[in-house]
Amino acid sequence: MLAAAGRRVGGRLLAAIPAVFGVVVLTFLVMRVLPGDPAVYFAGGPSAGQAEIDALRAEMGLDRPVPVQLMYYLRDVATGDLGRSLTTGQPVMTDIRQRLPASLELTFTALLLALVAAIPLGILAALRPGSAVDHVVRFLCTMGVCMPTFVTGLLLIYVFYYLLGWSPDPTGRIDIFASTPPEITGFLLLDFALTGDWDGWRAAFTQLILPAATMALFVLAPLARMTRASMLAVLGGDFIRTARAMGLPGWRIIVVYALRNALLPVLTIAGIVFSTMLGANVLVEKVFSWPGVASYALDALQASDYAPVQGFVLLMASIFVVVNLVIDLLYGLADPRAVAE
Amino acid sequence: MSAALGRPSLLRHAGWVLRGNLVTAFALGGTALLVLVALLAPWLAAYDPIATNVANAMRPPSAAHWFGTDQLGRDILSRLLYGARLDLAIAAAAVSLSFVLGAMIGAFCGYHGGRLDRAVGRFVDVLMAFPLFVLAMAMVAALGNQVQNIVYATAVINLPFYIRFARTEVAVRRQAGWVEAARASGNGGARIVLGFLLPNILPNVAVQISLNLGWAILNAAGLSFLGLGVTAPTPEWGIMVAEGARFISAGHWWLVAFPGLALMLAVLCFNLLGDGLRDILDPRMRT
Repeated sequence: MLAAAGRRVGGRLLAAIPAVFGVVVLTFLVMRVLPGDPAVYFAGGPSAGQAEIDALRAEMGLDRPVPVQLMYYLRDVATGDLGRSLTTGQPVMTDIRQRLPASLELTFTALLLALVAAIPLGILAALRPGSAVDHVVRFLCTMGVCMPTFVTGLLLIYVFYYLLGWSPDPTGRIDIFASTPPEITGFLLLDFALTGDWDGWRAAFTQLILPAATMALFVLAPLARMTRASMLAVLGGDFIRTARAMGLPGWRIIVVYALRNALLPVLTIAGIVFSTMLGANVLVEKVFSWPGVASYALDALQASDYAPVQGFVLLMASIFVVVNLVIDLLYGLADPRAVAE
Repeated sequence: MSAALGRPSLLRHAGWVLRGNLVTAFALGGTALLVLVALLAPWLAAYDPIATNVANAMRPPSAAHWFGTDQLGRDILSRLLYGARLDLAIAAAAVSLSFVLGAMIGAFCGYHGGRLDRAVGRFVDVLMAFPLFVLAMAMVAALGNQVQNIVYATAVINLPFYIRFARTEVAVRRQAGWVEAARASGNGGARIVLGFLLPNILPNVAVQISLNLGWAILNAAGLSFLGLGVTAPTPEWGIMVAEGARFISAGHWWLVAFPGLALMLAVLCFNLLGDGLRDILDPRMRT
C-alpha cells in the first residue's frame, strides 16, 4: 500500500519534469528578449563608461551566446542556485525564502476563509435547489468573480480602514513600530502563537484579514459552485435514500455521507485555485504593500532584473506541481476508490 | 415574401428565448449598452477626458460632475465613457486573436492527432503550468509599454484554453458520420476542418468567447493597474483605479469606486451572457 503510494508519487514527479523544464526554458528566453540592458542599468545609466559596462556584462555572463547562457543557468538551477538579485544584492534563493512565508500565509488564510464560506454556502444551495438561498449563493458567486481583486481590496480598505476604523493602516504584514516575533516558521501568526505573544498575534491578524478576504472573495465562486454541483449529484444517490430510510439524522447524512463523497471535485478545484492565487497575488500584494514573492517579482521585472523573475516563475511552477501531487494524495485519503486503478 | 416573414419571426424567436431567460436578456442589454457607450463616447461625454483643471480637483459627485473629479480635476464620468472604448477594444481584439489562432490550431490538432498533436499538447501544458498573469506581465515588459502589447499578452494567455477546447470538441466529432461522408466525397483535411468542423463547434466556442471576454477585461485592467501597457493621461479603467488608489485611505472613494463598478459591470454582463448562451445551447450544463 505504502510502496504503491510511493511509486505513484514518484511517477507523478517524473511526469512533471518536462513541464517544469519547459517553464524554465521559456522563462529564460522571455527574460532574454526583455528590453533594457541590465548591465547598463547597474553601471549607473547610459553615462557610465563603455569599459565599465563591458566588465559588468562579462561578470554577469551576458557576453556569451544565449544557448551557452541557458546551459549555465540550467546547471545553476540544478544545484539550487537561482542567481543573485541585482536590486537587493542578495541571492534570489535567500530573498525568496524571506518573502515566501508572507505570500503563503496570505494565500493559505485566503483559501481557508474561502473554503469556510464556500462549503456551507454550496451545501445550503444544494439542499434547496431553486430556493431563495440558492439564488443568493448564485448571486454572491457571480459578483465575486466579476470584482477585480484590486478594486475589492481598495473598497475594503475604504470601508474598514477609513469609514469604520476597524483595520490598521493597510500597508505591510505588521505595523512598522510593532516588534516582530523571533523567526521560527516565518508565518507571523504561527510565530506569535508559538511565543505566546497574543497582542502581536492580533496585530498581525488584523493586517492579514483584509488582503485575505479580498483574495477569498475572488475565489469563492468556483469553490461554492463546485460544492453545490457535486453535492447535488451525490444527494441524488441511492445510498443517501437508504440512509434516509434507515432514519439517520439529517445532519449526519449530509456531513458524513454526502459531503465526504462530494468533496473530491472540490479538492481538485481548491488545488487549482491555490496555484492561481499564488500567481494572481501580484495585484493584492501591490494594493496592500504586502512583502511577498509576487511583489518581489514585479519590482524586479520593472528594474529588468532577470534572476528574481526567473526564480519566481520556477517557484510557481514547482508549487503548481507539488500542489497537484498533494491533491492527488488527498484524493486517496478522501476516497480510496480513486487510487485503486 | 419569405424574407419579409422570416425576419420578424426570427426576432420573435429571439424575444421568446430571452423572455424565458431574464438574466440573459439583462446581460444582452448591458452588453449592447456598453458597446453603444463606447461608440458614442465623444458625444456622450460632457467634458474633455484629459483636460486638467486643478482648481476643481477631488470634488465628490455633484450635479455638474455626476461621478466627481479626480486629483487633476478631470471629470470621472467622461473618462469612464472614453475608457469603455479602450477596455472593450483591448478585450475584443485579444479574444478574437486567441480565438482565431487557438481554434485553428486546436481543430487541426484534434483532427490529425499524432506527433504534432502531442507536441502542441505538451506546449499547452507548459503554458498552463505558468502563472499566467505573471507571463502576461513579463510579455508586456518584454514587448514594450504599449496598448497593443496588452492585447498580445492577453491573447497568448487565453490561447491554451482555446486550443484545448477546440481540440476536444473536434476530436469527439472526428469519427462522426458526416465527417466520414465529407471525407468519402473527396474533401481534404484542411477543407474538412475549416469548412465542416469549425462551423460545427462554433456555437460551443461562442460561449467560451463570452466567458473569456470578461476574463480578458480583468486581465487588461490588472496589467494597466500595475502600470504596464497603458500610460498616464489615457482614460482607461485599470489605470483610473491605480491613480485613485493613492487617495482611498483619505476617503476619496469615487476615484476608485466608479471605474471599479464599470469593470465589474462589463465582466458581469459578459459572464452572464456566456452562462445564458450555454444554457440555451445545452440545458444540461446548467449549474
